[in-house]
Formats: sequence, structure tokens, C-alpha cells
Amino acid sequence: MTAELPPGLALQKADERIMTLNVGPQHPGSGHMRIVVQIDGDYIVACDPDPGYVHRGEEKMAEYRNYITNIPHLERPVIHDSCNILYPYVLGAEEILGIEVPERAKYVRVIASELNRCIYTMYWLAIYGIFLGHSTMFMWPAGDRELLIDLMEKMTGARVTHAHFVPGGVRNDLPPNFEDTCLRQVNYFERRIKEYAAVFYDNPVLISRTRGTGVLSRQDAIRLGTTGSVLRASGIDYDLRVKEPYDVYDELDVHTNVMKEGDSYARSRVPWLDMMESCNIIRQALQKIPKSGSVRTKLKPNPKTKGPATVYKRVESGRGSLGCYIVSDGKPEPYRVKMSVGSFRNLIALPYLLKGEKLGNMPSVYWSLNYWPVEADR
Amino acid sequence: MSVIAPKFKLSEFVKSLLDNIFWVLLLMTIVGIPAVQIALFYIEMPVIHGELLTPFLALTWLADPTRLLPVIHALMATDFFRIAAFPGFGFAALLAAGTIFIERKMLAKLQLRVGPFYCGKIEGILQLMGDGLKLISKEIIIPAKADKPLFWAAPVLFVGAAAAFVALIPVAPGWVVADVDMGLLAVFAVIGFFPIITILSAWSANSKFPFIGGIRALFQMVSFEIPLILSLLGVVIVTGTLNLSEISASQSFFPWIVFLPVGAIVFFITMLAELERIPFDLPEAESEIVAGWLTEFSGMMYGLVQLGTYLKLYAFAALFVVLFLGGWNGPMVVPPFPEELLVGVEMGPVKVGPFPGLPLFDQAMLNGTFWFVIKTVGVIFFILLPRGVFPRIRIDMLLSLGWTKLIGLAFVNIFIALGLLYAGVLGPGGLQ
Repeated sequence: MTAELPPGLALQKADERIMTLNVGPQHPGSGHMRIVVQIDGDYIVACDPDPGYVHRGEEKMAEYRNYITNIPHLERPVIHDSCNILYPYVLGAEEILGIEVPERAKYVRVIASELNRCIYTMYWLAIYGIFLGHSTMFMWPAGDRELLIDLMEKMTGARVTHAHFVPGGVRNDLPPNFEDTCLRQVNYFERRIKEYAAVFYDNPVLISRTRGTGVLSRQDAIRLGTTGSVLRASGIDYDLRVKEPYDVYDELDVHTNVMKEGDSYARSRVPWLDMMESCNIIRQALQKIPKSGSVRTKLKPNPKTKGPATVYKRVESGRGSLGCYIVSDGKPEPYRVKMSVGSFRNLIALPYLLKGEKLGNMPSVYWSLNYWPVEADR
Repeated sequence: MSVIAPKFKLSEFVKSLLDNIFWVLLLMTIVGIPAVQIALFYIEMPVIHGELLTPFLALTWLADPTRLLPVIHALMATDFFRIAAFPGFGFAALLAAGTIFIERKMLAKLQLRVGPFYCGKIEGILQLMGDGLKLISKEIIIPAKADKPLFWAAPVLFVGAAAAFVALIPVAPGWVVADVDMGLLAVFAVIGFFPIITILSAWSANSKFPFIGGIRALFQMVSFEIPLILSLLGVVIVTGTLNLSEISASQSFFPWIVFLPVGAIVFFITMLAELERIPFDLPEAESEIVAGWLTEFSGMMYGLVQLGTYLKLYAFAALFVVLFLGGWNGPMVVPPFPEELLVGVEMGPVKVGPFPGLPLFDQAMLNGTFWFVIKTVGVIFFILLPRGVFPRIRIDMLLSLGWTKLIGLAFVNIFIALGLLYAGVLGPGGLQ
């Protein structure tokens, strides 16, 4: 049995030379979790990620609220990416409640979702920068993120937790002149993130430090079940926006960024390229969006379901495939809501990647997995 | 965009100043003057020049420049003044404090933010004072299993070693605390203390992250000390002396960086590593080992280590200036001292002077200090700049850089120096 496991998942024998380090939960390089690292000198011999410090029972809470009142709390795990984390739930609820979505609402959803993906990725990039000791790369994305947050504030009324997607469309229509503002800000944003290449992605120190570290091969990426940018950085062309298009993604031209190396550098570069792709998608959606029309099919406050049903919907979030499995027994409340999040699936690769690496590579490999601790705990 | 600047009202600022002055005057009248009177009642006053020295007479003499200036002049000739104030600790600490402020403001401009802003009305110039007050008022927490005497001693020793380093730097002709003939060797000896202090403090904290940080610091400092020493040998070969004042004086026509650029580059890189600045700040890598060997320090112990770090930064920048950029040498920009003050000035019926203590500082010293400070601040700027541009490098890359590339380049520099000497370009019969 052990022979079939990838080498990082096998148990290690204790040794006197080996020192156990508790990285987290109170550690600047861990996030809301603990990584138990065993080191021999400067080399990591074993690593045991220990998530669960921010478990909030979102899935259980969803069983006591109806399909509408579930919306504000289900987005809490990733408040930076709140549109995307609600997306599969809303798609599933629409199927269970049996409602149609207006065409304009679908485009608004795509725009909001892509903006949110950029907002999340900028936050992730800022932390990746500070994990590598690059303080400018912490401040620049954190500042440029404000542009898109202002845009989302205009659109939804809230800066981070939008609660904008509802079964049947979106909560509010776009504000007047939003298309022009959005186009201008997105163009500026794209120009701005291209400047990051000079200070970060083409930096020789960064390249020599992250290239060739934490290499996840194509086969292992599939075996370990990774998803999103981690999978694409290992050379697998897999993007749910292209492979299983939802809403209006099939009408838009989406390009998938794939890199072959599978190391920390490739994993950090793919989300950056994805942000530029998001800007492209937003521009296309702004062109094709119907100029007028309803954005919401009205529902009653406590809508009735069509009867017992089971749905599984998934979308491409900032961290990869994000699925939502809803079981309905015909009552107004769902019987079970289960979220399959990309963060947790990428975390599984961490012990495998860190084995044999140097301690100095731990932050870059860990954060390049595009992992968000709160989402993994739910 | 919201307005970030608070509204500055001059009237309120003046009113707060006046309030303070009022309270000072009030307390002085009610408490200060009676206390002085009571003290004077018990003290027997000396008789000088046939006059009883009353407090009134003493204050009168202090206000008389012909009597006060010689006193100041005599004070400035003492060793205490040199150690505590001008070329020594006070001057260096002032420059170090300025360095911290400039670092924060410059980094902020680089990263599109404001930096210290509120404390001190004008661009946050009092931020450092606020931080210092905070550090002093914080509780000092010592780990239960720490080796307490060593743990307490480490910050003090660190500042002591940094101050010893500062004492060896000649700022202006004749203005150096310790003018030793083996000056450069003394510098190497002082630099050799830092890894010992670091590993002692890291080990005595008895904690895992400081221990790893201390080991890293030891590796880094020891492996970069060799290229550091070798890169300075070129200067010693061409000048033929180890005395830092003489090395400074030997560059009156051209700085050594013109002939020994390789050595200057190697010294600059090793300097960054010795100072644990980004990209070589592995011993304090926060995302890996919290704060490295500083993890367990709290309150003013941390403040002392920071003070020592910035004193060390100033001293290294000053050493770079002394060895490669010509030290105090530069065109004369300070105007000469007005001669008529020495003999006295007649203004109609009133004759002012002569003032026996003047001039307090001679022209060469002021000019030397000016150029020295300008050059040092420039070097400090280039030491601070990589922090905004580079990420941290890894320990194995650092060691291979130190042991292979930099040592090789340092030898190249030595051969350049020897070549210049034997070709007769420099040395006896050459340019100098």
C-alpha cells in the first residue's frame, strides 16, 4: 500500500538529528493553519499540514437556512473571491428552484466573477511577494487591488463581501455609465500588472530562487488531484471556463494559460497571466452584454423547490475548480450543502512537494499552491 | 481619494506651545527657584579673582562670550567629547536615526504609499521618537528557559561592538576617536565580534527559530568575512598603510574606486551581507523563521539591537567612504573664518571682542565633515535601495556566492592593485 503512495505521503522514522518546527498558527509565514515541519539541518524531511483552525461549519449552517438566506454566509470562506465561491451554489439553487436567468444577468455575473478573480489573485500575489521578502511586491498589488475594489463597490455596494449573486440573476443592475468606467479601470489595471514583470517576474534573484523548486510533475499533479493554477502550471490544459462552460463563457473567447515546468515559479506566474486573461474576458463581456433588460427573475422570500433533487455544479474560481453539491428533499431548506474547494485539493500536494526541499523554499512552495486556509476549513 | 492629511491649524499649534511654556515657567517659579535657593544656602561659594562667586555672577560669566568660549573650546578638546559627541557615538547615532527615517520614507515612495506621516506634523519626522518611546515603555519578556545573563548581555554587547566600530572611523582630518596605526586590522577584529554575539544571543534564547537564525547568521557572516577582508587588501597594498586616517589622506587627488572598482563592488556586496540587509537578510527571514535571531527580544532589548544594527550600517558606509571614495577629501566649500572676530570689531563707540576661544571648528574640519557626510549618506542610500527591489535569496545560493565568486573577484582585485604598483602607476615614483 505504501509503495503506491507518492513519496511525500509516507510516514517518517524519528531521528535525533531531526528537529520539529511548528510553523503556525502564530507565525508570519503560515496563514491560519499549522505546518509541522521536520528538518534535518536545512532540509525538510517531512511536512504535515494541519488545517482546521478557522473551521466555521458553513456547510452545517446552510442546512438551517433557506436558499436565499444562505447567500450572505456561504461567501465568508473567501471574502476576496466572494462572487466565485457563491457561483456554484447559485447555479445549483437555480436548478433546484427551477428558474431561468435573464441574459443580461449572466453577463453581469461573468464580469463580477472575473473582477473578483483579479481581486483575489492580487491579494494572493501580495502575500507571495512578502513571503519571498519582496516588500514592494506586497505594497503594489495591495494598492492596485483598490482599483477593482472601487469598481466592485460601485457595482454591488460592498467592498469585499458582495452577496451579489442570487438565484435568478444578480441583486442589482449595473450603475449608469458603468461600462465606460469598468473598461477604463480594467485597461489601466492590465497596464499596471504588466509592470510587475520588471520588478518581480523577471527579477533574476526571484527566478534563481524559485525555478526548479517544488517541482510537481504532470502525472503527480493528476494523481494528487490538484486543480486550478497548480494543475495548469504542471502542463495540463484544464480550465472549467473552457472545458465545462457555465453561464455565457461559451460565447466568450477564453484562453487557457499553461506552463510546463511545474515549479514554484510557474505556479506563481500562471495566476498573473490569468489576471490578464480575466481583463480580456471582461472587455469581451462588456462588448457583448445586452444594453438593457432585466437582471433578476424575482423570487418569493421563501421560495418553494420542485421536489427532491440532487445537483452538483462547479466553476473555475481563483484557486481552481470549486464545486457545490446540493441535496434537496423538497423542503425550503437544503438537506445538505457540500463544497468541494480548490484550496484543500491543492494542499494535499504540499507534503509531497516539500519533502527534500530546503527550509528557505517552504514559504514560496507553500504559497505557490494557491491555497487559502479559510476556504479549506470552510 | 480621501484626504489623508489632517488639517494643520497654526493657531492651535502656537497655543499648545504657549501652554507648555506657561507650565514650565509656573513650575520653575513655584518649585525650581525655591529649591535652588535652599540648595545655595548650604553651599559655600568659591572666591575667584577676589570676587565671591554668586549664582548671579556665574550666570553673568556664562553669558560673557569671552569667558564662555574658552570653556567650550576646552571641553571640545577632551576625549569625552570625541567619544560621546562628535566623531563618536552621538554623531553616528544621529546619522543612524536619520537613516531609519530616510529608509522608511524612501521605501514608501518606492512602493506608492506615504510612509510615516502623522507624528510630528511635518512628514512624520517624530515617528522615530515615538517608536523609541513605545519600545522603552514595553515590557521586556524573557523566555523561561533562556540563559538569562547571556541573553541580557547580547543587545548591550551588540551596541558596544557597533560603537567600537564607529570609534575607528576618521570623519575629518584629526577628528577620530581612536587613531590607531593598525586601524583596518582593528576594524576586522571588531567585525569578527558580531557573529559571536549573534550566535551567543541566539543560543541563549533556547528557542528553535532564534537558533536557526543564529546559525544562518554565523554561516553568512563567517563566509562573507573572507571576501570582505580580501577586497580591502587592494587598498592596503596601494597605500602601504593600515591607518584609516592615512588612507583617507592618501586620496586627496583621486579616490581609490577609480583604480580598484572590482574591490569596491566586492566590498559593497559583502557589506550588504554583513549588515543582513535585503537581499541577504536570511537570518531575519520572517516568512521562514519568524524574526530569526531577534525573535525572542522584546521592548528596549530589541530597540538596542536595532540601534546597533543601524550604527553598524553607518560604520560600514563610512568605511566604504574612507577606503574607496576619498573620505573627507573634497573641494573647499566652507567659507574661511572671518578674521576680524579674532581681533575684535569696532562698531562706532562700541568695541566687540576679541574672542579668545574662536574659531571653535577650523575650516578644514568643517569642510571635511561636510564631504564625509555627503558621501556617507550617498552610500547609505545605495545600501537601502535593494530592499525595495530584490527578494530574499536562499542560504545555499548565498554561500556559493560568498565562497566562489566573491573570493575570486577579491583576488582579481589584489592582482589589479599589485599590477598598478609594479607598473609604477601608483606608489613611489607614480601618481603619488
